[in-house]
Amino acid sequence: MSSPVSQVGTSHDLASVLRERRDLGRKLLVAYLTGGMVPGWVEMAHALAAGGADAIEVGLPFSDPMIDGPVIQRASLLALGRGATPAGLLEEIAQARIEVPVAVMTYYNLVFRAGHERMAGAMAAAGVTGAIVPDLPLEESAPWRAAAAAAGVSAVLLVAPVTPEERAAEICRQSRGFVYAAGLMGVTGEREVLASSAQVVGSRLGRLTDLPVCVGIGVSTPEQARSVTSGADGVVVGSAFVRMIIDGATPEEIERVSADFRSAIDEADDGADDGAGGQEIGEAGGAGSAPYGDG
Amino acid sequence: MTAVMGEPSQAGYFGSFGGRFVPEALVPACMELEAAFSAAWADAGFHAELDLLLGSYGGRPTPVTECRRLSERLGIRVLLKREDLAHTGSHKLNNVVGQALLARRMGKQRLIAETGAGQHGVATATAAALFGMGCVVFMGGLDMERQALNVFRMELLGAEVRPVEVGSRTLKDAVNEALREWVATVDSTHYCLGSVMGPHPYPWMVRELQRVVGDEARAQCRELLGGSDPDWVVACVGGGSNAAGTFAGFAGSGAALVGVEAAGGAALSHGAPGVVHGMYSYLLQDEVGQISEAHSISAGLDYPGVGPEHAHLAASGRARYDFATDEEVLAAFRMLAETEGIIPALEPAHALAWVVRNAGTTIPEGACVLVTLSGRGDKDVAQVRDILRGPAGQLGDGQAGQLGEVRSVRPAEQEPAPRAEQER
Repeated sequence: MSSPVSQVGTSHDLASVLRERRDLGRKLLVAYLTGGMVPGWVEMAHALAAGGADAIEVGLPFSDPMIDGPVIQRASLLALGRGATPAGLLEEIAQARIEVPVAVMTYYNLVFRAGHERMAGAMAAAGVTGAIVPDLPLEESAPWRAAAAAAGVSAVLLVAPVTPEERAAEICRQSRGFVYAAGLMGVTGEREVLASSAQVVGSRLGRLTDLPVCVGIGVSTPEQARSVTSGADGVVVGSAFVRMIIDGATPEEIERVSADFRSAIDEADDGADDGAGGQEIGEAGGAGSAPYGDG
Repeated sequence: MTAVMGEPSQAGYFGSFGGRFVPEALVPACMELEAAFSAAWADAGFHAELDLLLGSYGGRPTPVTECRRLSERLGIRVLLKREDLAHTGSHKLNNVVGQALLARRMGKQRLIAETGAGQHGVATATAAALFGMGCVVFMGGLDMERQALNVFRMELLGAEVRPVEVGSRTLKDAVNEALREWVATVDSTHYCLGSVMGPHPYPWMVRELQRVVGDEARAQCRELLGGSDPDWVVACVGGGSNAAGTFAGFAGSGAALVGVEAAGGAALSHGAPGVVHGMYSYLLQDEVGQISEAHSISAGLDYPGVGPEHAHLAASGRARYDFATDEEVLAAFRMLAETEGIIPALEPAHALAWVVRNAGTTIPEGACVLVTLSGRGDKDVAQVRDILRGPAGQLGDGQAGQLGEVRSVRPAEQEPAPRAEQER
């Protein structure tokens, strides 16, 4: 176990793991799936990690996911139909002992309804060290950010392509863990072509912050992920995995696709220095033939 | 914020309700809209253009009608603010013409909207036709079935109606879908939100655009009542735009203000505070915060939330909120038709139902009540017929025969309705 990644240690803290790996020159893969969407969703989370994800983002499903496209909407309804609740999913996360840091993504009403402190505490108790609440913009987020910080949970904030420079800088200052850069103006979901905004947002924000910058929304294929990470520290990939899981993919298949993203971003050409490891994580060899990116 | 129904705080709060809970991608657009509306609303030229359109095109001012036979029956004095007589058949045009003018000022060439009963969709499609703008209306699949006539109307007006087939297939899902579309097209597109809900500045902007209802009504009432105001002012509340517009005109009067929700969508009576669709307000939700589906006879009130200013008016006590059941609504619907020759939309029939229930008790005998008749009932006639002619229809004595005749000449299907409407 001499890969640069294993040298980082066994911390499961989202902020420190992502920063250390980034500093070692590794491109970051944050893999999303909706909690509870299928009975074996925890196995899928393990598979994503085994394939080379640096962190797992678990969606706590909400009835009205207004920033999500059809795939994650469907996963959310499946999960809710199976009786998924925030508390139940956090309990499953706690027991899952996922190999990499876990963040949750959810909508603000679930946080508000539980209470900021209670939700942050429940996350921390489950070993969750990051939280993304996309319908809670900077101005409304201070109480949640304070509660999350007190519980040791990194409240990740989002920047959009249309966010003005000064505002983006302030969001970067207030974000914790990483900065989630929306790659395009639109809802989550796969796109045939990578938006041009996704390719520039990483370097744009890189000038504003020392935090890792991960680009998500519309990053659908390893090719696109490689392209994005030539300017950004990492990518968030969700709908591509979620669609496969809905379509009945096995954990092995999910691991293979995660590994394909892994190897693609490991090859990203941003002066990748010697430390850029990852080859020893998962079986990153067989890139190319997986059923992602239906176009 | 000091005055009752004055401006919200800088962050868009009425008391503790409101705000702007949207993804970062929409924050700049909301800020731009807020700035554009503030500038327009302070611009006499904008008001002149808006007033001209609402008058010469929209049919304003709408009258206040004294209901002599209904008043006699209820033992109170009932006045109606007749938004059913405005162009497109409801108060919705007031808001939409204002927002379309604003969109044009902002250089946006395309309007999108959500709709429940279809009245707001029809109004938006109308304004888009008037201004030569593109228009896409999002409508729940269930609502499209219930309001087939309005779907056809929107299409006649050149709008594209996009069915929303997720969730409850009603208004709340249509709002989600409109917000999703707006995120992707915000450059070229204005989201013409139909009620006093959503993120700041919408609740404030839509109330201001609807206050013409209340301002007109107050002046008209004073004329009718020898300089005094009605004792009660009653309006139905889904998101709450006709009520907000009405209440804005009377907030500074001594009138008691009453908002009436649908029993199956009574966010203020049965809900709890929470955040959805960009606002912090009262919502129907479960114990973990999943939004519930509303169920009502009226598609326009099938909404699990309520505008944040109504939550504030309820909290502050300036207005009170109650609900009416589907049965009460049907009875009131028929009562107004029979006593006054006015077929109301099912939405304002909720306000009437509350008045009927409380006449002579909560509303003392002889008191004067203004009800905002927010829309006409043409769109609901087929639905009401289907309900009344069912085996448990329990028609009143006099009407059973008439409706029975209608029944006998009517084909089983609803098909001919749109065509008949087209010919009008």
